[in-house]
Amino acid sequence: MTVARIPVELPAPAVAAAAEAEPPDKPGRRVPGAKFWRALRHNRKAFAGALLLLFFLVLAAIPGLIAPYSPTAMTFAPGLGPSAAHWLGTTSQGQDVLSQLVWGARQTLVIAFAAGGISTVLSVIVGVSAAYSGGVADGALSLLTDVLLVIPTFPLIIVVAAYLNNVGTLDIILVLGLLGWPFGARQLRSQVLSLRNRDFLEAARVRGERSSFIIMGEITPTLTSLIVATFLGSAAYAVLAAAGLQFIGLGDPNALSWGTMLYWAQSSEALQAGMPLWAIMPGLFVAGLGAAFALLNYAFDEIANPALRPVKKLSRVPFSAPVPSPGKDAARSLP
Amino acid sequence: MRFVLRRLLFFVVTVWAAVSFNFLVPRLMPGSPVQALESEHPHLNPRAIKALTVLLGAHSTRGGLWSQYVEYWHHVVTFNFGISITTSFGTPVRTMVLDALPWTLGLLGTTTIIAFVAGTLIGLVSAWRRGSLLDSALPPIFVILSSFPYFVLALLAIYAFATTLTVFPNEGAYSLGAVPSFTLGYIGDVLDHALLPALTILVTSVGGWILTMRNNTITVLAEDYVRMARAKGLKSWQVMWRYAGKNAILPNLTGFAMSFGFIVSGAILVEWVYNYPGLGYMLLNSVSAHDFPLMQALFLLITVAVLACVLLADIVAALIDPRTRELQHA
Repeated sequence: MTVARIPVELPAPAVAAAAEAEPPDKPGRRVPGAKFWRALRHNRKAFAGALLLLFFLVLAAIPGLIAPYSPTAMTFAPGLGPSAAHWLGTTSQGQDVLSQLVWGARQTLVIAFAAGGISTVLSVIVGVSAAYSGGVADGALSLLTDVLLVIPTFPLIIVVAAYLNNVGTLDIILVLGLLGWPFGARQLRSQVLSLRNRDFLEAARVRGERSSFIIMGEITPTLTSLIVATFLGSAAYAVLAAAGLQFIGLGDPNALSWGTMLYWAQSSEALQAGMPLWAIMPGLFVAGLGAAFALLNYAFDEIANPALRPVKKLSRVPFSAPVPSPGKDAARSLP
Repeated sequence: MRFVLRRLLFFVVTVWAAVSFNFLVPRLMPGSPVQALESEHPHLNPRAIKALTVLLGAHSTRGGLWSQYVEYWHHVVTFNFGISITTSFGTPVRTMVLDALPWTLGLLGTTTIIAFVAGTLIGLVSAWRRGSLLDSALPPIFVILSSFPYFVLALLAIYAFATTLTVFPNEGAYSLGAVPSFTLGYIGDVLDHALLPALTILVTSVGGWILTMRNNTITVLAEDYVRMARAKGLKSWQVMWRYAGKNAILPNLTGFAMSFGFIVSGAILVEWVYNYPGLGYMLLNSVSAHDFPLMQALFLLITVAVLACVLLADIVAALIDPRTRELQHA
């Protein structure tokens, strides 16, 4: 964000120099995570994203202390509007909407982190080993990645889920995790390709290190920020895709999650029947959690690529050439 | 030419993978959908059961997996997907799919083109005028909007415009009882029903294009040839359009390959929410009704259609930029 405060009148070289003057974290005194925290404090998008995520994490951690009632109790008058007793009204089965909303956070977050984690691990394994090994292995892995990338994933997931009878939370996590990796794998692959002939890898090879050590111990640490971005993207995707699956009824109908709430609201025609909050609030929460991950992801993009940071009226002053991250943003806007 | 051939080969492999996936998945899953259907529908005649067995695969059928596979390909190539077994019993799947196809084509085709053109233009201009109101207001808004699930936005739109304001119909593609014809009334009715779903898809998908185009343009603006064009004293819009825009649009076209599948996925849910009688609505109906032949046909059709669009975008990118032919899959 330092860049943003540079006055307009500065000539091009001065701007470039100022941009470089921002300390690009000195290798000698690096504290783990220090870069992350600094970025978080200085980037408005990152801060908003982190705050949102924190909110949902708190809901997921202690729903019992926050929710006013039991989420499953069907003891209230059905279809009540918002009131002091029921801030968001009740469902057509007489459940408290707010309590369901609070309790729903947990499952949605579990799906996001588990499925996002699985896809990230797979992305790293496939992307890094493809780029590192090259040759036929790279060809085969890249082909697999590209094929899975262009096949529309959501219909694919629907078909798989339809054949599995009784889709539980674990199934959703597995399906989303196992099908969500190609995007990240492709990005990681091209990142590693650009590293492949660096000296530190050559040195490791000359030392006679095993390939598995070079991949895990030498290459992967340099990819940390891209891996984090991959995870955030996968997690956002998992949130939206899982909500979509549950919304169309391909999930455990008794699960406590926002997608399931949406399913029941939609099948009870909540919007038309005067219980709009029952449908709108879980929708907004799904969007909010997705946005939290997306904001953090974009912030990471800006941290990795300074040219994308917000500027004030600098259109006449080009920056020194930044590394583009092609196609990164369009793709992750899912169901 | 070499590039186009390679891409074609890639798409042939992808189609093969999709068909084989469709063939294998029901055979790998525990239990047989055919048995399930037989118990659900005791009146299926033996010929229908045989056809279903071929389509869906049962574990202990005569003929090895290979001959089933060959027969399956034959069915796929001739677009013989059998009959619907639950959704609309006895109707050939082909007929049902052809009925739904125009709705989706109209809705999704139009919105995708508008979103791409509008998003690319807005992205270009907002990168050109960095720090302007347009640039500082739009990207954050679309970061948020593009993380909205399509179906949530659809629900919100229904609530706002159909239920509360009642300016738009809330479901279907035309009014009940409307007779299809080329009259102004019918066409107006169809447009009236299409507008809300179309806007939903547009608003959620345009953000991705804006953001990628903006980021691409910012990168391109730092190139020497842009500086050179400015130094030559070209008019501002000429530099923006012919030098920056033309080069920035290329990654956007290839980005199309990755995002189109997501847009289609979103459109499926939008059709579901609006009860819009297109392919997505039909797909979800077939899933909830366990209509496996219909579901398989729809999945294949959607996949092949997405692939065709992606291939088209690839070829256009290659035509615009000679470098693509060299750089792709280097």
